[in-house]
Amino acid sequence: MLLEIDDVSLLYGRIQALHGISLTVEEGEIVALIGANGAGKSTTMRAISGIRPVASGRIRFDGEDITKLRADLRVRRGLCQAPEGRGIFPGMTVLENLDMGAYTRRDRAGIAQDLDRVLGLFPRLAERRKQQGGTLSGGEQQMLAVGRALMSRPKLLLLDEPSMGLAPMLIQQIFTIITEINEQGTTILLVEQNAQQALARAHRAYVLETGRIVKSGTGEELLHDPSVKDAYLGVA
Amino acid sequence: MTTTVNPPSPEQREGLRDRLRHGREAVAQRWHHAPRWVRWVLLAAVIVFFYALPNKEFYQYLGPIPTPGANFTQVLFTVSIYVLMAVGLNIVVGFAGLLDLGYFGFFAVGAYTVAVLTSPSSDIKTLWPWLLVVPIAIALTMVSGVMLGTPTLRLRGDYLALVTLGFAEMIRIAAVSSPFLKGQRGFNQIPHPPGQYTDGKPIFGVLDARPYYWLVLTLIIVVVIGVRNLTHSRVGRAWISIREDEDAAQLMGVPTFKFKLWAFAAGAAIAGLAGALFAGKQNFVNSQNFELLNSIIILAAVIFGGSGNIVGAIVGGGLVAYMIERFRGIELFGVELYEYRFLFFGLVLVVMMIFRPQGLIPNRRRAAEFKDRRKEVTVGE
Repeated sequence: MLLEIDDVSLLYGRIQALHGISLTVEEGEIVALIGANGAGKSTTMRAISGIRPVASGRIRFDGEDITKLRADLRVRRGLCQAPEGRGIFPGMTVLENLDMGAYTRRDRAGIAQDLDRVLGLFPRLAERRKQQGGTLSGGEQQMLAVGRALMSRPKLLLLDEPSMGLAPMLIQQIFTIITEINEQGTTILLVEQNAQQALARAHRAYVLETGRIVKSGTGEELLHDPSVKDAYLGVA
Repeated sequence: MTTTVNPPSPEQREGLRDRLRHGREAVAQRWHHAPRWVRWVLLAAVIVFFYALPNKEFYQYLGPIPTPGANFTQVLFTVSIYVLMAVGLNIVVGFAGLLDLGYFGFFAVGAYTVAVLTSPSSDIKTLWPWLLVVPIAIALTMVSGVMLGTPTLRLRGDYLALVTLGFAEMIRIAAVSSPFLKGQRGFNQIPHPPGQYTDGKPIFGVLDARPYYWLVLTLIIVVVIGVRNLTHSRVGRAWISIREDEDAAQLMGVPTFKFKLWAFAAGAAIAGLAGALFAGKQNFVNSQNFELLNSIIILAAVIFGGSGNIVGAIVGGGLVAYMIERFRGIELFGVELYEYRFLFFGLVLVVMMIFRPQGLIPNRRRAAEFKDRRKEVTVGE
């Protein structure tokens, strides 16, 4: 088991955002976490990456208890999150942003190799390598956030709403790339509002509602689950 | 008396702004495209100019530049201290993006450390030489920076501003009321740095400020080289990433707290050095030297010059300190302009913040961050 979250609760001041969440991610999987706005998806991500301290429960990663570990040390252990939305460095160029992704690493050859890989995955970023992050379009910024996280060569890649605010064409594209990254050997935990795409691509998935996990199963199962269909897939 | 201000039309304003921007960009372009040796020669010329500046044989030909109401060499020393502090505060505010409203407090710690350990009016009567005390002053300011930063730098945003503000006031009030720090009476006969001319006269003294100015100028150059190297290293990248997006920096594995503390301590150390130099030069330290206003002026200087840019900080610190002194001795309709110096200073700042919030010589990145934040605001509304 690569990641194991056991009965984790998290508070924002007096408001309880997570009520005893448990989930697991096996090596090589894509696991999706779906749910409505405010269900606690991003909060779960923050708990895993260590940006917010948990109130109770355990988080184990790669056989080690990381519940109390600082966020930057989690990155060194191979856990890297691409933050949602505008979480790139706006004043740095595309290359500088990607370089920041490799901040914890010192193996120059490996970094150069991963840079080639990321620029291969996202040709758009290669075209704009000298451009400042803040001047990129929403979709390009999203790609940059994913690419930057990949630069740390994570064992587990956390993706927070990678399709947020993107045009349908781009959503397709980004999910194709996510699958590709996974096939190249990176385990992925994905938070998404776009349940349709996420469930179609994920091996397994969890449904989050008001800070609790209410359902879990394979992507396929949940995609055809009537209650999930009703609540998250809509009838377009 | 009422005055009406006609706001310039948008096209006019854009026109002026664009022209200013193009002008500056052209200069920047030229600079960046000039061959290496041209840049070195220009830089050397600027440095030589500033070394020559305090000599009357030189500055008497400079028209309106020397200050009419004050000894120009003394003014230059004051300006150089401000420049040194602006370079230090720029690390904290400009690179790491931490709002420090009490930077002058560290200057006071440096100056008082020197005063207490060297002055015969001090209670402990150690009477150590100046040079020996300088490293102690720097170390103590760093320690006070770490002590102040450790509880506050874990918090985000405004807390640090408030705590630093409180810190500077605390130091000032301690200086005023603590018997150990001698209040208004202060410490006298603080020794000068060592060194003698061949005829046996000491180099550093009260009357001739030039050696002090040259010493500070040299230290500024050393500090700037150090800071420049630091900002081009992993440390600099970490600082910039924290300033741009602290969460994202943490998610990339940057130990944000550690680097914020380092920035804070490095900035404090430079202020401590400035305080030690000031104490030696003045020969005298009392509680009147450390008004809160000074912290605000330094901060304004950094922002005015363009925070995040070393050249910007130097120009900002230099211009602001010089402008304030330049008003001395000028009378207009029987009013001494110096009395109103902060009014003009405030006006200039307000105008700057409207037309050029990123400062005179902004950092390329910093400008983009401003744009990005503006976009965020408009999207959010």
